[in-house]
Amino acid sequence: MAEQPLFKVTIDNVTVEVPAGTTILQAARQAGPEVAPPAMCYYSKLEGSGGKCRTCLVEVSKGSDKDPRPMPKLVASCRTTVMDGMEVKNLTSERVVDARKGVVEFLLINHPLDCPICDQAGECHLQDLSYNHGGAGTRYEFQRRTFEKHTLGDKIQLHMTRCILCYRCVMVADQLTGKREHGVLERGERAEISDYLEKSLDKEFIGNVIDVCPVGALTDKTFRFKNRVWFLKPLNAHRDCPTCSGKVTLWNRGDEVYRVTARKDQWGEVEDWICNECRFDKKKTSDWIIEGPRVINRHSVISQNKYIGMVNPKETIDEVIGKEPRLFLDIHDVSEVNKPNRDLSLIEGPAHSTDFKQNEENK
Amino acid sequence: MKLLLENAHIEGIRYYDTYRKHGGYRSVEKALKMTPDEIVEEVKKSGLRGRGGAGFPTGLKWSFLAKPEGVPRHLVCNADESEPGTFKDRYLMEFLPHLLIEGLIVSSFALGSHATYIYIRGEYAWIVDILEQAIQEAKNNGFLGKNILGTGFDLEIYVHRGAGAYICGEETALIESLEGKRGNPRIKPPFPAVQGVWMRPTVVNNVETLAAVVPIINMGGEAYGNIGVGKSTGTKLISACGNLNKPGVYEIPFDLSVEDFIYSDEWCGGIPNGRRLKACIPGGSSVPIVPTNLLLKTAKGETRYMNYESLSDGGFQTGTMLGSGGFIVLDEDQCVVKHTMTLAHFYMHESCGQCSPCREGTGWMWRILKNIEYGKGKMEDIDLLWDVQRRIEGNTICPLGDAAAWPVAAAIRHFRDEFEWHVLHPEEAQQRNYGLAHYADPREIPVIA
Repeated sequence: MAEQPLFKVTIDNVTVEVPAGTTILQAARQAGPEVAPPAMCYYSKLEGSGGKCRTCLVEVSKGSDKDPRPMPKLVASCRTTVMDGMEVKNLTSERVVDARKGVVEFLLINHPLDCPICDQAGECHLQDLSYNHGGAGTRYEFQRRTFEKHTLGDKIQLHMTRCILCYRCVMVADQLTGKREHGVLERGERAEISDYLEKSLDKEFIGNVIDVCPVGALTDKTFRFKNRVWFLKPLNAHRDCPTCSGKVTLWNRGDEVYRVTARKDQWGEVEDWICNECRFDKKKTSDWIIEGPRVINRHSVISQNKYIGMVNPKETIDEVIGKEPRLFLDIHDVSEVNKPNRDLSLIEGPAHSTDFKQNEENK
Repeated sequence: MKLLLENAHIEGIRYYDTYRKHGGYRSVEKALKMTPDEIVEEVKKSGLRGRGGAGFPTGLKWSFLAKPEGVPRHLVCNADESEPGTFKDRYLMEFLPHLLIEGLIVSSFALGSHATYIYIRGEYAWIVDILEQAIQEAKNNGFLGKNILGTGFDLEIYVHRGAGAYICGEETALIESLEGKRGNPRIKPPFPAVQGVWMRPTVVNNVETLAAVVPIINMGGEAYGNIGVGKSTGTKLISACGNLNKPGVYEIPFDLSVEDFIYSDEWCGGIPNGRRLKACIPGGSSVPIVPTNLLLKTAKGETRYMNYESLSDGGFQTGTMLGSGGFIVLDEDQCVVKHTMTLAHFYMHESCGQCSPCREGTGWMWRILKNIEYGKGKMEDIDLLWDVQRRIEGNTICPLGDAAAWPVAAAIRHFRDEFEWHVLHPEEAQQRNYGLAHYADPREIPVIA
């Protein structure tokens, strides 16, 4: 096979060489996170994704060495392939900064700022996008769009009000599960993700729609309202799964597995799709072989108070004295949540104050 | 000079026998003796520009069509005429269906399409019947089907009804819809000429464009190119409406001045009841509105003509576009704010919802406009509206974002005082617009009791 020619591309003054056919976004990712445009709908693992959210718009100030004319309009970097000698402006372009600010404002018109109660808080791409590229306030003063509550089966919850219609979940169902039972209904601002006649989404790999959702529109019913992600400890773990690779991230608090997700790379994209069994049904530490802590970008709220790289000393005291070590401070003495003998991950549905009260009564 | 509507007045021209008697299908007989490349060359020579709105040279578009070995190619006729103010294709298809069929046969032969589709707007239900009857007649007389006129060329024409979405007039959304999918525009590239219907090379042309191929072949590309002015060759169908004494579909020469077209008795016959002309949208609702002083004369003081170059002279600051030829005239009693609000409502309703600026921005623009129109607006709303349209324009997947933004931008640019009047005289504005309650958003508390 003939070797692919390499194209030289300059993005925000950083030059990289990439194979022909590479998109500007992928080239920018190779150049480094500093110059990589944000992407809400693009997902490298999903065919045909991208181009919709318009957050990755960039200015092509030089088309190529052969044709140096600039492109008149801003282009979606996720769907525009590079040319040799192309020069792209991302954050160095005032037009791009202004347009992206506009896109964030548009996206936030109908996206509720319910981060304090949203399960995606802390790992929400829209939160990061609005923090990095948005304006300080909104100029929209009209009533926001709302939708009826909608459930997609016993494991996945849809909050349509939070959806930004990136179509990623539709593509996952289409390309990964072999059967698509949901899609987009209506059009314009009334467009919504919906299933066909209240069918539940229960295909083998359908749980991945939760991982690809950039906002909190699709959430894991086995985890909802159980905890905040920054309180949890992400661990790489695997198991011998007959369906998928079995490589996952466990989200633990103490020894309790609160949530299982696929492993995500630095762009927030899933490395290996995981099956529903691994995701929803294996909620015990003993189900997994723990590999070690998962490295989370240090700028993420999830990495707060986590000391990656620190080696925990081997606990030998129980081996020596033959009993459990005495705790100097039991967290349950100072915290209202997580009373002893209450395994939150095993509660059906979200945990409410009644669960704790019940616990008190049972004492 | 009439090239398309010459025989439109003849009774029974809708039927094959009458059409044939008056010289119908001559171009097919002529074209099938030529090679496809010769036909493309004739169309190139004619300088024909696409009549759907964008005005891209048709011959050039045809020459872009990829010709991979063994892969079928397709021609699609865009009859999804949904632009407010545009109704010329409907007239052509209703009264001269065989002219379109004839143009389709010639064009299909030139492009190597053996399965050609007419994607027609669903609301044109009765025209579907007319077209299907015409197709059957053409088939019965050997102009369609297998081995047309013994030349070995096979062609089937299928009529496909749309479901009434404006966005399906955009060529890639049309292709998606034709394939049975949701009518969302595709991201270009790849262009349809490389990957169109079912990933095959496809050309999408407007009804009028394809009909114009008939006189081009009959009279020769060069002769056709000599008619008209500059790069605007041939003739153009204009659907004139609004405050005109004689609204209707006209076939105009490109050297006709806008003033003549509006006021001359031969054409639209002026404004009813002697009222003055206030503004006009000359190319369908998506093109910028222009006030009288810039409509009849360019910014340089030259006469404005009904052609592509003259109407766009001066850019959007002082000019507009010929577009699809939906000529909407507003007299002095019309309110530009109300008019813009109506258009904004249309674009909000018709946005496909795929990309964020269009999905969220069109609704925002409409709500601001509604507030201003109802006398609930603030002075800063006008600047906000300007800013919102600015951030939609050019940032969307397809031109619908531009189509929604341009009318708003032009209305503010040329008629800002009217917007300010609504803000400064809220009570009068509210009283005047009492009858617009049907524009209330069901999700919002009505602003009028």
